[in-house]
Amino acid sequence: MNSLTSDLSLGGHATNIGLATTSNNFLYASAVVLLLAMLAFAADLAGHPGRAERAAARREDATEQAAAAGGDGGGTALLERTAAPAAEVPPEKRQWAGIGMSLSWLGALLLGACVVLRAVSVGRPPLGNMYEFSIVGSFFVITAYLIWSLRRDVRSLGIFVVGPTLLTEMLAALVFYTAASQLMPSLKNYWLTIHVTVAILSVAFFTIAFSTTILYFVQKWREDIGDTKYKFMDAVPDSATMDRTTYGLLIIAFPLWTFTLIAGAIWAQIAWGHYWSWDPKEVWTLVIWVVYAAYLHARATAGWSGKKAAYISIAGFVCVLFNFTVVNMFIVGMHSYSGM
Amino acid sequence: MSTETDNDAHQVAKAANASATGKSARKTPINGPKLGLLGTLRWLWRQLTSMRTALFLLLLLAVAAVPGSIFPQRSIDAPRVTSYLQDHKTMGPWLDRLSMFDVYSAPWFAAIYLLLLVSIIGCVVPRIGVHLKALRSPLPRVPRRLGRLPASAERVSAAKQSDVVEATRAVLRRKGYRVRVDEPADGSQAIVAEGGRLRETGNLLFHTCLIVVVLAVAADHLMGWRGDVIVPEGGQPFVSSAGSFNTLDLGPWVHSDDIKPWSLDIKKLDVTFERNVPKDSPQYGQPRDFIASVSTQDPLGSKPVNELLKVNGAVNLGGTSVYLLGNGYAPMVTVRDPSGKVIYQQATPFLPQGNTYKSVGAIKVPAASPKELGFFGMFLPTAAFDSKQGPISTFPDTDRPALVLGAYQGDLFPDALPQSVYTLNTKKMTQVMDGKQPWSAVVYAGQSAKLPDGTTISLDKTVPRWAGLSARYDPGKTTALLAALIGLAGLIMSMTLRRRRIFVKVGVEPDDDAKKPSGAPARTLITAGALAKGEDPRLQVALDSLLEGVGERLASNPKKQQAGS
Ligand code: HEM
Repeated sequence: MNSLTSDLSLGGHATNIGLATTSNNFLYASAVVLLLAMLAFAADLAGHPGRAERAAARREDATEQAAAAGGDGGGTALLERTAAPAAEVPPEKRQWAGIGMSLSWLGALLLGACVVLRAVSVGRPPLGNMYEFSIVGSFFVITAYLIWSLRRDVRSLGIFVVGPTLLTEMLAALVFYTAASQLMPSLKNYWLTIHVTVAILSVAFFTIAFSTTILYFVQKWREDIGDTKYKFMDAVPDSATMDRTTYGLLIIAFPLWTFTLIAGAIWAQIAWGHYWSWDPKEVWTLVIWVVYAAYLHARATAGWSGKKAAYISIAGFVCVLFNFTVVNMFIVGMHSYSGM
Repeated sequence: MSTETDNDAHQVAKAANASATGKSARKTPINGPKLGLLGTLRWLWRQLTSMRTALFLLLLLAVAAVPGSIFPQRSIDAPRVTSYLQDHKTMGPWLDRLSMFDVYSAPWFAAIYLLLLVSIIGCVVPRIGVHLKALRSPLPRVPRRLGRLPASAERVSAAKQSDVVEATRAVLRRKGYRVRVDEPADGSQAIVAEGGRLRETGNLLFHTCLIVVVLAVAADHLMGWRGDVIVPEGGQPFVSSAGSFNTLDLGPWVHSDDIKPWSLDIKKLDVTFERNVPKDSPQYGQPRDFIASVSTQDPLGSKPVNELLKVNGAVNLGGTSVYLLGNGYAPMVTVRDPSGKVIYQQATPFLPQGNTYKSVGAIKVPAASPKELGFFGMFLPTAAFDSKQGPISTFPDTDRPALVLGAYQGDLFPDALPQSVYTLNTKKMTQVMDGKQPWSAVVYAGQSAKLPDGTTISLDKTVPRWAGLSARYDPGKTTALLAALIGLAGLIMSMTLRRRRIFVKVGVEPDDDAKKPSGAPARTLITAGALAKGEDPRLQVALDSLLEGVGERLASNPKKQQAGS
């Protein structure tokens, strides 16, 4: 067993197995908690139709009362609204959604601990193989969602974000698992850390945007056929909102991916002597970039917004998945560092 | 008014491009009136520079790039292409005819990106003109009915009209809006503001930088060169010249005189392999560090400089960057003739075949007589014998180094052509026999083996390494990097800024307002409306927060308000 200090020093070649095991346990704990979070979010969605009916009933009451009371609040503000906003009923407390959010925070925290311990156990940023990409990626997905939830009410989307996070965690633990260890020499460079961190961050956004695109298709389909069977899906915003949300997520992801491309080229210049060698990984990074650029153009082209643009964004995510799985594992190139 | 603002600049550009009717390109009927040659060309040009074509070409580029990542590429790994062609006798030649092994230099691939380049230039140049004009064009007038705009709001205030105008102007200015205050005849005042003009600037910057990146990459391709060479540790210094590299790849516009002479001497190459994991872990024996201590002269004949050359850490010599890209072993081999005279003594590079550095190579002894002598075989850094695979290496470091050799006699260089240093050309040679069996031997470090004729071959105790160096000259790389970074800044501008117009009318609250408490002094009525280019889901939020800001500003300046400015 090595002393802890030598493990913490970045130059050390030792790998602390004990910490790595603890890190794995945090991953399992996080997966269990997120599974419970998903169940809670599911319960919340299932409760939506009843909630909607009760809210409609209360809104009628409230409108009657407001009509009876009349007048506006008045006040000392220097700028007052001329018309009082329409009677708003305070929304019902969504207990299950609240539980889901709390569990998501807990799951994210546990996952964060898993990532940090892994980093300490190998004495470097945990960005060296597919297992590490997956845990960091799922951490970014859930964190991005939680930060988003501080600014908007996105509780109804919970299950659609926690779901992919959990799936990634399980894939990491069961398929991609790689024992903690040191890196190949060409991977020891801070541009790698920057490049891979930003890449994973953008993949996190691509993933959430993929979820919202799927929801766009579901809502669009429900609107087109006038669906009443899956009323719980009314909790999720309509297709137009999902479309805008996807766009909003992708205009964050696209510059991040552009930066990934540039940082990767800088790293390649340092490590391989040339910034662009048409290595399969480079090719796929470019392909993903081009497909999402096409998505952004589609939205600005008449006749291409809506469904057609959404198809392009799906194609983009298929490329992201292909790049992460098939290219890493099966295609020969200079990036063969899946560690498998 | 609204048509003008709703129109995106691209359409404006197209309209400017198009005929006087201002018809947009995609509406032009294909089998419409005869266009004539000029008309047809113009029509084609408009098609090529349309957004729809750009979209199509982008998707096409994505699809076309894929085969290059699936099939082996000559430019990256030529031997894999050769073996692929051997394994696929029917499919292979067809794929080759379709340039599937040279995708990124294929004519069809070039056609796509050149069309895209032309399209983007044809799209961006007119847009720059339109945008420059738009930057200087006057702000529009206030629309009559602000309530009809996509976002609108109404407020009343006890503050004086002029103070409200002043506060609104200040808040808008601080947010970077261009502001103009109008005084229509009816005594009210109107504020017209436009923000986010830098969005289009950023977008144009991004597209322009994209063009520059492509041109810079093209410049590297045409004017750059690359030379690869293997240099043994502790041997002769390497002196750069067109003839001294093992392989040299010159761009079409490079002359071999452009290669400046410099020298590099590898004094020591330190390599570390992973030992601190279980032996069955895939990480066991993975390389961890390569560091070469080198002494360089640039230019040749100047004072030698000691430097460290690392993976990820190039040294700059004669305008090129020299990288450490590979390494292997160059065992020190001595061959003595039967009388004991040394006829060969040299660090002989062997080429590693995998993670355990089992390496292949050849030892060519032209000084042997009566016939030239050649050994072929393997170098094993940690030799072991497997019942199935025969001799193998179990670890990449020199724990138990050994040579496993066979020998040929005859003419080493039969057709005076350059040949690989790692293989023997046995066309005019015969294998050395030991009785009925071909002669073979395992030579461990510090030991020697004897051929049937009494010639001995021995392996030194310490095994030097060799370093694979790559000298690169890429004149466009700095331009490409700068353009990429500026383009990224432009992209962020175009993604985060919103192009908005905000109109605010400030007047006296009309008397007939039912809600107004009777007898109170007349209050100031503020009506506001906002308009965005493209979609802008947060337009109403932005308008509300603007008015909130105006309220706060009025509240924080009560004195000034009392004094009546
Ligand atoms: C390699 C080629 C190209 C790439 C990677 C690219 C990328 C982009 C990106 C990322 C945007 C931002 C979209 C947004 O603001 O939502 C954009 C916008 C735009 N691009 Fe391109 N572009 C390319 C070629 C072209 C070409 C050839 C044209 C001309 C036909 C063009 C015209 C435009 C226009 C007009 C916009 C503004 C759209 C808007 O404001 O919503 N682009 N492009």
